[in-house]
Amino acid sequence: MHDFFTFVAVYLTIVIFIPLYRVIAGPRLMDRMLGAGAIGTKTMVIILLIGYMFDRIDMFIDITLAYAVLNFIGVIAIAKYIERIARKR
Amino acid sequence: MTLWQIISIFLIFGGAFFISVGSIGLIRLPDFYSRCHATGKADTLGLLLVIAGLIVYEGFSLHSAKLLIILIFVGLTSPTATHALARAAFRFGIKPRFKKPATTREKT
Repeated sequence: MHDFFTFVAVYLTIVIFIPLYRVIAGPRLMDRMLGAGAIGTKTMVIILLIGYMFDRIDMFIDITLAYAVLNFIGVIAIAKYIERIARKR
Repeated sequence: MTLWQIISIFLIFGGAFFISVGSIGLIRLPDFYSRCHATGKADTLGLLLVIAGLIVYEGFSLHSAKLLIILIFVGLTSPTATHALARAAFRFGIKPRFKKPATTREKT
């Protein structure tokens, strides 16, 4: 079962490079933020699988919960910032 | 390998498949709003499937309860974040991309 978790974690690490292209080459700020959110989602899965690979899931679950909160707060903050710019003009 | 491990392997493979579909849609679709559609639904479904597979693998314990909390939190907040970003982009003035009408296509 540990080999299976390792395989899925390596596969998701390769998949992360696809939204990274959107972050680098996105035409606008919103596209880049969308790609950053997608990268955060995949990172949560990878953290959970690393916890099972190292048999320290009691520690890594809390890290995943904190990472989910930070990802949500970051995207909401950028969205509020864009809305404030749109309201000013 | 027990039956529960086989079920969790199927769930985690399904989640990895949906995460890949969401990532490919993020770079292949032509518009910002269609990209929101790709990453707001397919990515969230993939994450929920992976966490559900880990809950099935873990069994009934404190860790599976914490995983359930993460599942509910992500299922609530990930579409909310995508919706807030799409609303901000709409108020910023980004136009959605429409198909051209059929009359202009016949002219060319």
